[in-house]
Amino acid sequence: MTRELSYAQAVGEATVQALEADERVFVYGIGVDDPKAIFGTTKEAARRFGPSRVFDTPASENALTGLAIGAALGGLRPVLVHARNDFLYYCMDQLANHAAKWHAMFGGVMRAPIVVRAIVGKGWGQGAQHSQSLQALFAHLPGIQVAVPATPYDAKGVFLQAVSGNAPVVIIEHRRLHDVKAAVPEERYTVRPGQGAVVRKGKDVTIVAVSLMVSEALAAAEALKARRIDAEIVDPRWVKPLDKALILKSLKKTGRLVVLDTSWKTCGVSAEIAALAAEEGFSYLKAPVARVALPDYPAPTSAALEPLFYPGTREIVAAVERTLGRKVGRKVASSGPRQEAYIGPF
Amino acid sequence: MIDCSGRPAALLKDLFTRMTLIREAEEKIAALYPEQEMRCPTHLSIGQEAIPAAVCANLRKDDTVFLTHRCHAGYIAKGGDLNKMIAELYGKATGCTKGRGGSMHLVDPQAGLMGTSALLAASIPIACGSAFAFKQQKQDGVAVCFFGDAAVEEGTFSESLNLAALWSLPVVFVCENNGLSTCTPISRRQPSIPIAGRAEAAGIPAQALDGNDVLAVYDAASKAVARARQGRGPSFLECATYRWREHVGPNFDWDMGYRSEAEVRRWMAADPIKRFEAGLDAAGALPKEQRRLIREGILEKVEAAVAFAKKSPFPGSLDLEGAKA
Repeated sequence: MTRELSYAQAVGEATVQALEADERVFVYGIGVDDPKAIFGTTKEAARRFGPSRVFDTPASENALTGLAIGAALGGLRPVLVHARNDFLYYCMDQLANHAAKWHAMFGGVMRAPIVVRAIVGKGWGQGAQHSQSLQALFAHLPGIQVAVPATPYDAKGVFLQAVSGNAPVVIIEHRRLHDVKAAVPEERYTVRPGQGAVVRKGKDVTIVAVSLMVSEALAAAEALKARRIDAEIVDPRWVKPLDKALILKSLKKTGRLVVLDTSWKTCGVSAEIAALAAEEGFSYLKAPVARVALPDYPAPTSAALEPLFYPGTREIVAAVERTLGRKVGRKVASSGPRQEAYIGPF
Repeated sequence: MIDCSGRPAALLKDLFTRMTLIREAEEKIAALYPEQEMRCPTHLSIGQEAIPAAVCANLRKDDTVFLTHRCHAGYIAKGGDLNKMIAELYGKATGCTKGRGGSMHLVDPQAGLMGTSALLAASIPIACGSAFAFKQQKQDGVAVCFFGDAAVEEGTFSESLNLAALWSLPVVFVCENNGLSTCTPISRRQPSIPIAGRAEAAGIPAQALDGNDVLAVYDAASKAVARARQGRGPSFLECATYRWREHVGPNFDWDMGYRSEAEVRRWMAADPIKRFEAGLDAAGALPKEQRRLIREGILEKVEAAVAFAKKSPFPGSLDLEGAKA
């Protein structure tokens, strides 16, 4: 049966179902069973399964990640939760040097399937150290899978995939998506690694977007429709492995590519997808690829500066118009008003 | 003098065999390394054999061990396959990681050798996770983590001790304190406080030991392992020892100037194996002739492992069976 759930509720339901289905699963991290329960996502799991399987931890992110690896080697299925991506830097040694390597470095005889959830903040002055979106950092590392779910359906599906797969998985959630509601099946299902989705069919331009930028792309598609531009939107859902075939198939159809990312432009996911088009889809391209991503700057906090930092509908429409050789600069609504609707503290 | 009187003959033989196998395998590696066929950074434990031998003699096959870049000794002591280890040093397809890990990344899950890390302190939290898995699944296994004195300086060390103490994990921390981090003496890296004291401060029972006294380490490890197995939590052993050879490679390195030849010679004179043998002689245990036979058997085993490695094929592809995660 399908009903409407918020993205946060979908993550919460996936967590409960994983704990229910497999006694090897445990969920831990700073605050998972505190009154806030990671924006509510671990509340029901903590209530139902108690402190032996859902538990709070000391502030020791790197050791907690190492603990996940060791627990996985011992047959468990750890799920380590971080309220913000920014804390993942503490874990880089265990994630990059260890979890990512444990399978190949030991000749394929070992596996360390761990699941790491980490949430991206945006707006209300989250600033430089509470808003980073680190999918590219982890996608760079062979041996780690990276999911960037954009919908409640995908949030549940990638989680259930991650806790049943064989590889370490980093799931990048977006705080600005947590309250978004959509249809989610009650039963368990998975979204396979490397399985992207076409979220809007169109013929004029392919917009590849991840995480929060999928909803930005959908909003922009409406503005583009008013300009008689029919955009196709592709959500890869995983940036590693990446659904290259789906992206190339859409590019072949439209001949134009705009890539949207929630993170920095330089050496990011948008660069990787643009490179894919250059290497494997060059003959399809009717115009240079355009990218809409963050400038090389740490996130500012002032409400006056955030709209200058985060691209929205206006920038996406302009990028699409560039690929179509249209004159850019006609005024479109920015995503500012929607940001205003989201207030803190959070 | 190591007092061997009243000890079971089987235990003395077991410890002597483990130490001698480590020594002879590593002496062989040192002798062959200049042929330049073992093309990987190789860190020898010669002079430090008593610690892994004594600790692992207390472990069951299903207990887990986590090691560092200097991992041959622990691998051998825990019962890792010698042929696969030597083949790995030669980069062969028959090596324990099929040419992916080399000397610094030995593994043998059948023997409970669950992984090694070349990064300081990094295997400490992983060992805690292995201990957590035992505890969570109500198994009475014990996880053991070996690391050097410089690992203590890493933040992960402190984080991990806190976790182990807080969650009463069945883990034994074994610090092989050889007083050196590559060429830097401990006096330039740490204030002069005992490493064991750091563990005590974290709430973990700790003991500072002569790491070259195989029976002292054996007794302390025996208590620590029993404590963990009974569900009474972690323990910490700081074992003083000394590395004879250079940090990485087969040579003596007193010409480098960071330590004197006299200092190395002093420690070589106090060879942990010779000290143990003197104790055996004094107690009339494990007679010389028996030791000679054991050593002969070990030399044959080492020769066979080298022959196996040399004749093994190289891997031909990066593809791993099931490598696609």
